[in-house]
Amino acid sequence: MAKIILDGVAHSYMKNPLLERDYALKSIQHEWHDGGAYALLGPSGCGKTTLLNVISGLVRPSRGRVIFGRQDVTLLPPEKRNIAQIFQFPVVYETMTVAENLAFPLRNQNIPKPERDRRVGDVLAMLDLEAAAGKRARNLGADTKQKISLGRGLVRTDANAILFDEPLTVIDPALKWQLRAQLKKVHREFSHTMIYVTHDQTEALTFADKVVVMREGEVLQIGTPEELFDSPSHTFVGRFIGSPGMNILPCEVHNQTAIVGAHRIPLDQSYCPAAGGLELGIRPEYVDLTEETESDNGLPVTVCSVENLGRYKIVEVKLEQHKLKVMLQEGRPVPRSPHMSFHPERVKIYQDSVLLSSARG
Amino acid sequence: MKRWNNKAWLLVVPMLALVAFSAVIPLMTVVNYSVQDSFGNNEFFWVGTEWFQEVLRSERFHNALLRNLAFSGIVLVIEIPLGIAVALCMPRRGPMVSVCLVLMALPLLIPWNVVGTIWQIFGRADIGLLGYSLAGAGLDYNYAQNPLDAWFTIILMDVWHWTSLVVLLCYSGLVAVPDAYYQAARIDGASRWAVFLNIQLPRLKRVLLIAILLRFMDSFMIYTEPFVLTGGGPGNSTTFLSIDLVQMAIGQFDLGPAAAMSLVYFLIILLLSWIFYTIMTSTDDAAGSPGS
Amino acid sequence: MLELIQVNKVVDGEATLEDVNLTLSNNAINILLGPTLSGKTTLMRVMAGLDRPSSGDILFNGESVIGVPVQKRNVAMVYQQFINYPSLTVFENIASPLRVLKVDSRSIIKKVQRAAAMLQITDLLDRTPEQLSGGQQQRVALARALAKRAKLVLLDEPLANLDYKLREELRSDLPKLFSEQGAILVYATTEPIEALLLAGKTAVMHEGRVRQFGTTIEVFNNPRDITAARVFSDPPLNIGTVTKMGALLNLGEYSLPLGSQANDLTDTEYQVGIRPHNISLNRDGENSVEILGTVTVSEITGSESFIHFHFADCHWVALVHGIHIFGQGEEIQLYLNPETFYFFYRDGKLAQAPEDSIR
Repeated sequence: MAKIILDGVAHSYMKNPLLERDYALKSIQHEWHDGGAYALLGPSGCGKTTLLNVISGLVRPSRGRVIFGRQDVTLLPPEKRNIAQIFQFPVVYETMTVAENLAFPLRNQNIPKPERDRRVGDVLAMLDLEAAAGKRARNLGADTKQKISLGRGLVRTDANAILFDEPLTVIDPALKWQLRAQLKKVHREFSHTMIYVTHDQTEALTFADKVVVMREGEVLQIGTPEELFDSPSHTFVGRFIGSPGMNILPCEVHNQTAIVGAHRIPLDQSYCPAAGGLELGIRPEYVDLTEETESDNGLPVTVCSVENLGRYKIVEVKLEQHKLKVMLQEGRPVPRSPHMSFHPERVKIYQDSVLLSSARG
Repeated sequence: MKRWNNKAWLLVVPMLALVAFSAVIPLMTVVNYSVQDSFGNNEFFWVGTEWFQEVLRSERFHNALLRNLAFSGIVLVIEIPLGIAVALCMPRRGPMVSVCLVLMALPLLIPWNVVGTIWQIFGRADIGLLGYSLAGAGLDYNYAQNPLDAWFTIILMDVWHWTSLVVLLCYSGLVAVPDAYYQAARIDGASRWAVFLNIQLPRLKRVLLIAILLRFMDSFMIYTEPFVLTGGGPGNSTTFLSIDLVQMAIGQFDLGPAAAMSLVYFLIILLLSWIFYTIMTSTDDAAGSPGS
Repeated sequence: MLELIQVNKVVDGEATLEDVNLTLSNNAINILLGPTLSGKTTLMRVMAGLDRPSSGDILFNGESVIGVPVQKRNVAMVYQQFINYPSLTVFENIASPLRVLKVDSRSIIKKVQRAAAMLQITDLLDRTPEQLSGGQQQRVALARALAKRAKLVLLDEPLANLDYKLREELRSDLPKLFSEQGAILVYATTEPIEALLLAGKTAVMHEGRVRQFGTTIEVFNNPRDITAARVFSDPPLNIGTVTKMGALLNLGEYSLPLGSQANDLTDTEYQVGIRPHNISLNRDGENSVEILGTVTVSEITGSESFIHFHFADCHWVALVHGIHIFGQGEEIQLYLNPETFYFFYRDGKLAQAPEDSIR
């Protein structure tokens, strides 16, 4: 096991890439710590799978270096890199039993049988697969097959990293919960470096210590789930993380006040940004909808639609021509003449889609 | 609630009529001949199973049958592994795919008697490339006189003609294997042989079943090519059942024994095909019930 | 109106649909919610006329359509996989069902344009499907169903293969698009949250049976039995066995006060269902009871945390506000509010749901 360094890695699937947009990956510089749980999150086509395949060696990058610990592995094929990868669709060797499937990578490494049996036994126990050990892999359900794919990665105690490429896509929601929890448990007990590619924010946030948000071949933000949720560094991250995502409104800013249309919104710090391209971001969780009488300086809004999700309601409201989504916790009724207010410390200001970080002045 | 639509039968009737005319009625005619004797003048006498007994006891029939079994056996042993090997070597994507496919399909497109003629000339020591080169290499090669050379040529010809079919079938099975399987195998550190054994071969099972059945039936019924190339000779060394049958029916005009022989021939093919099929599908079941 | 009366479907001796009775109307989206292999797709195939039920009847506007071939039924279906004709342009893909119906070419152009505009793919009409992204391809498939103006539109997990955020977008458009046409819209999904977002009416399916059918939020709040409650819970429902004794509930080694909803229940053994968001880390309300759980995993979703823990020999999940990280094996205090319990009899039937004001 070792840390993994991506040094200026860029990749294009074209033979002679000329333009910036010919690259599926645009110069990635990142260090993955040993034993970390990472998620690569982004919409399809953002380059996350390409990045994963660069690490596993299935794709050789057009530029840059991949370094495991002190060794430059850029030119090494996957089998020499000692990594495990789990794919979207479960891959099992159909003619083998579950136990034989798990033993397969070890047999390829010529590990003696007693050692092999011990490790296979450990992993079977870890994944609750003991009862299925002697069964043929081919007739099992998708979730069990995916566990087998995972198990083949886990038996290799020397693996540098375990990579996941949208592994829960074909799994039923109820089973997703079990598998996700099991993954976390596995990570803690085996402490492999794990890198998990997904377009599903819940999967990314629940799995990872650090989430890497990507768009169009670039890394937009790397942070803990909390950081991504509370202070997205880019409006795209704000909208992509969270369900529903962050509300983004064009605004002007004067010191400690943001101005949206004819309305003034208090901020908790003051900004003096250059003019133009300013937007205000606020998460639906941090908007209060109250009856007119309850608050003095709320913004008057009209309700467009209400979605009742049992645990909470999502209310779509209109402030002038801008639509916003508001989360109304359970038990709270939709006000008859609603007024909206933001938690000032949760309001973020963006210039040209990028977060304005600190107060200046 | 039950409104069965009987019009469907009307659609099936033409097909049934066609099958009756093309298969059932001729077959019945053959059955009819096989149990009667005729001395011309359209006079027929009932002889029961006499012709069948004669055919089954005749050494000529036994020899031809052994030749057929040997031929089919050799052909399968060569063509199936060779076909798989060639299919494995073919590119899975890229511009070369269509080139390879066309090249592979080429032998299949040549009429059978032309295949025979091509090899007849090809193997001649005076003007044929194969015969001439072998003669040039100091080998005493003559398929018209030496039975071993005749067999060698016929088998070579069949391999050249039909391996492509096995290749194409296997190739179709191989391209259906999802990429993730190969990637997973590379990451698991599997050797080329392990990949073949654990990923490719299981996936090829179904197409191989078809390939083996087709090749067996076809090779067991071989007629045109050896007829054109050797005419069953030298001596009787390449007289297969089909050639023997034609000689008996057309050459000697022994319609009764010929009919009995063709029925026996037909039943042998049916039986062997069925045996092949059950063996191969039963191993399939042992590997797990036919699920996914 | 589409009525299914006592529909059964038996395949190879196994019942894939059992006694399905449903009445679907066109004034709200109809959702089939259930895990994989619960019979959703089979049911849709039967509705479409692709499969014939083994027994039972299907009435469309009062008339039996059993035996009527699918081509004559005016049905549109959209699948999880993006199914388009690869060699045809997007325009021709959308127009294909109209061409089959021999609609004249001028109205074809009009109808295709309209459908394309509604799904915002007007500028893609000249392309072929392989030049499109997954989301765009599924829009084309939906536009084709829309342009056909079918009386019955069946959507079989149409968003399952799409990116999370794309799903949000299309999901909010779908019911509006088809309701304008007065079509009966049926939507199959495995995800409870999707059913809630789509609202309308939901049929909860499990092992070939419709366990419950009604207004989506009604079904969510008042599941008829424990199976329906389980299918319609994401994160999964926590289930424990309790014994009611007078004003007390015995749950494992704990004794809990009885919620007001359960006053009228007889003293016996029940199974209780507790939604994860009703378990909290802080005392909330005077009725709430402290329990001790052993953490197995905690997960963070941004503003909330899922805490998986062991309690009373079962695996439970709590969904709590804020970021909370616990180590494995850590003993933590959690609070249950008996007012929020669902009570089920031993045979699984609902005995008592929490009162509306509680939820």
